[in-house]
Amino acid sequence: MTEKQVVRPQKPWQSSPRERFNSGLVLLAGLLTSYVIVAITPMKGKLAYFSLFFLAFTIYDFTFHYFTRGMALAKDAIARAFVALGITLAVAPIISILATVFIRGYKGIHLSLFTKDMKLNSVSDPVNQGGLLHALTGTGILVLVALIISVPLGILTAIYMTEIKGRFVRPIKFLVQAMSGVPSIVAGLFILSAIVYPITKSYSGFVGALALSILMIPTIARTSEEVLLLIPNDLREAGVALGGTQWRTVAMVVVPAAKSGLVTAMILGIARIAGETAPVLLLTGGGDSVNGNPFSGPMGSLPFYIWKAYAVGTAESVTRAWAGILILLVIVLMLFISARVLSERRTSK
Amino acid sequence: MTTQPLTSSLGEVAKNRFESKIASTQVQGIGLEARGIHAWFGDRMVLEDLSLDFWSGTVTALIGPSGCGKSTFIRTLNRMHEFIPGAAMAGQVLLNGQDVYAPGTDVTKIRLKIGMVFQKPNPFPSMTISENVLAGLKLAQLKVENKDDLLEECLERAGLWTEVKDRLGAYGGSLSGGQQQRLCIARSLAVRPEVLLMDEPCSSLDPGSTLKIEETISHLSSTMTIIIVTHNMQQAARVSDYTAFFLSEGGPGKMVEVGPTGEIFSRPKDKRTENYVTGRFG
Amino acid sequence: MSQTVISPASVGGPTKREITTQPRVSDRVFAGIVTSGALSSLVILGLIFFFLTFQGFSVLRTQGFRFITGSNWQVVQDAAGNFDPKATQFGIGAMLIGTVLSALIAIVVAVPISILSALFLNFFAPPFLKKIMVAVVDLMAAFPSILFGLWGFFILMPSAEYWAKLLHHFLGFIPLFQVDPPIYTRSPFIAGLVLAIMVIPIVTSVAREVFSQTPPDRIQAAYALGATRWSMIRAVVLPYGRSGVIGGAMLGLGRAMGETVAVYTVLNVVYQVNWHVLLGAGGNVASMILLKFGEAGPEEIKALMAAGLILFVLTLAVNSLADLIVRRSGGKGR
Repeated sequence: MTEKQVVRPQKPWQSSPRERFNSGLVLLAGLLTSYVIVAITPMKGKLAYFSLFFLAFTIYDFTFHYFTRGMALAKDAIARAFVALGITLAVAPIISILATVFIRGYKGIHLSLFTKDMKLNSVSDPVNQGGLLHALTGTGILVLVALIISVPLGILTAIYMTEIKGRFVRPIKFLVQAMSGVPSIVAGLFILSAIVYPITKSYSGFVGALALSILMIPTIARTSEEVLLLIPNDLREAGVALGGTQWRTVAMVVVPAAKSGLVTAMILGIARIAGETAPVLLLTGGGDSVNGNPFSGPMGSLPFYIWKAYAVGTAESVTRAWAGILILLVIVLMLFISARVLSERRTSK
Repeated sequence: MTTQPLTSSLGEVAKNRFESKIASTQVQGIGLEARGIHAWFGDRMVLEDLSLDFWSGTVTALIGPSGCGKSTFIRTLNRMHEFIPGAAMAGQVLLNGQDVYAPGTDVTKIRLKIGMVFQKPNPFPSMTISENVLAGLKLAQLKVENKDDLLEECLERAGLWTEVKDRLGAYGGSLSGGQQQRLCIARSLAVRPEVLLMDEPCSSLDPGSTLKIEETISHLSSTMTIIIVTHNMQQAARVSDYTAFFLSEGGPGKMVEVGPTGEIFSRPKDKRTENYVTGRFG
Repeated sequence: MSQTVISPASVGGPTKREITTQPRVSDRVFAGIVTSGALSSLVILGLIFFFLTFQGFSVLRTQGFRFITGSNWQVVQDAAGNFDPKATQFGIGAMLIGTVLSALIAIVVAVPISILSALFLNFFAPPFLKKIMVAVVDLMAAFPSILFGLWGFFILMPSAEYWAKLLHHFLGFIPLFQVDPPIYTRSPFIAGLVLAIMVIPIVTSVAREVFSQTPPDRIQAAYALGATRWSMIRAVVLPYGRSGVIGGAMLGLGRAMGETVAVYTVLNVVYQVNWHVLLGAGGNVASMILLKFGEAGPEEIKALMAAGLILFVLTLAVNSLADLIVRRSGGKGR
């Protein structure tokens, strides 16, 4: 063995320290300019800072690149500034929303939220009285009933599109897409006209869950379809080649292989409807006490509680609304993260 | 094509070509030098310590079995390698004595000087034939006095002018595969590169189109440096002046041997080269 | 059971055997159950159409075309206190205009931001940033609309009011930006901004998807010709993704038109035609349904059902068109 010089991998295309220093300088110049302009002109406020900084930075960056590298790269620099602006504007609201909800909702959080309902209290009472138990159980029941209805229909739709592959695959794909665009208030009106007025004649959790199912089915169907499409075809062929019927192959090979993905589909379906407000306002009646029976009596829910507390508009009730939103947001966040983790684990396998 | 690639006959083809070529053009010096090129994808080294000179006005063929790093190597030459996530490299590529990887180098200028033709013809489908040829000018924002002359010249050099001169307004996708590939060559020529890299330009084409492309390469070779990756040894023998044989024996790809094409095919120095060019493996 | 059919026309050459199988009973039952489950979407959409038409038909018949074009909503009772269908006016024209106006504002604001974001995520962002940002944008799509409504009302409104004043100050000569009387809060402009924030994640993820399908060989061809990132995007990515982005924008439009709660919280729902986007009055069909529903009598409920039907048909049309455009753009070159 001869002594060999060790060659290290390099990435000479990455920006060098000097280039990074230069872009830092440009950034600093932009910041300084916006600061100076805000200080000496009548323009004031965050908007002025932001737009002046963006303008100044873009102009400086353009000029810098124009003189060092030429027109083509100067235009590229402008494009870079604008796409950065785009993503900033897209993400800024979400940061503001998260911050607002946590800061404002935090004041209304206390332990009895999870043990008491609002039977004896109004939303204008001091925030440490009463609780959200009725809303939490209500939302739980609504979601559960909606799941019981939507999961079979959604997954059957997905199985039809990936396993049966009949004549209607294209039209059904189209219909599922169309269904996902149905406004939630229309779903509520439909249940009113088809179930509540002719049949039940009263509000209940069940009819609310029916409307929510209309919104949930397309989400579950589309996600499940994507998941089932990822199951390799040789698995199906192996099942059939072993003499299994299609029914047994799907039930014993395909669906178990896609299990975690189907759970992800359910989670995304829950996230879609947990905060749905309009149909709940039309259909559930929104009680103030814990109601375990979805078929009779008004059923409280988180969105209804938030809505009511917001509409009353006193300082206490608005704090309650923010606390409710915080809890709703935490639920949605947890659902979202668990869906991510599940699908990440699935794809990494 | 013959199924028995006899070493001597291929060597003969190449030797005759080489001698007539050397007689007709004077070789102008080294156009492109690769010095100690290594390449990695993530932690995996795919190319080890490769040094190779490419002379102006010559065609160099890179041959070797699949996965030996030929394509990776030519992609390091015009800095297309860095588009692959996790890619890294070491070494130098000198174009007229300047390192193309030197800090502060404008990579778009490098790619203008070192053009590339890909495995599959890839004309821009949203552009017409003439727009395709002139696309490079637009992309790199270059100005040209007379676009019509340039258009005709490039299509002429790519051997496509007579076939398309009446329908320059048609879309690039309407041409046949072979014509599309020559359109891509014409497109590369429009920015006047000094070096043209060709990554298996004929592998998706039929023999007739392949022949046309090879004619085009022969015409072009007197005015520029051409580097062609090919799986087809007959093709290497027909079109190239020099041939480099690459091989990966489990680990990173290495260059086993380089020399005038006639010698590689008739009197290879390395046993592995001989085995490959006589069709014993690969 | 299988059999060979020899047709007289093909006596000369080999004939194709027809492959026939007799499916097992279990498989037929299985296929039947799955197919009927899959047809649920058709059934549900059909039922929605049927029942809303059924309930709203009498109103649509007495009001006629005026239901869409008219801008009055007055329930008239005769001397005995009974509902008078002749004199009563139900017209959702004002709200339809509001629906389209606020949704268009949303799209005008959201589409450029979404395209830029999608370009950033696909072509400019370093991998770790891309992963985080994609998750953040997707998370935003999962936020309930009431959250956007409250945030819009309490947080965005004060800033947006200031922006509206700026717009009025500099562009007030355009009729669209006139404000009289000077009420800047709770305007269609602000509702449009909230809707824009709600549809940005939708349009961004469609645009990102479409852009990421740009054939890599075209991108490489552009770079090999000395393109900068931006000239590559202009020459290759944008022509390829154009129709997909248009479809994505229409998906967002459909979502914005059907939004109820966020619009209701932010907008001052007043029953009038309001073209002045900065003026604090207006509404959309969905928020009107919610507003009127609380105190509506039986006849008015029917009118609301009819309004729901119009909204349903409108969003269905926009969504279907969007779906067609997105799907047609997939795979094709230009």
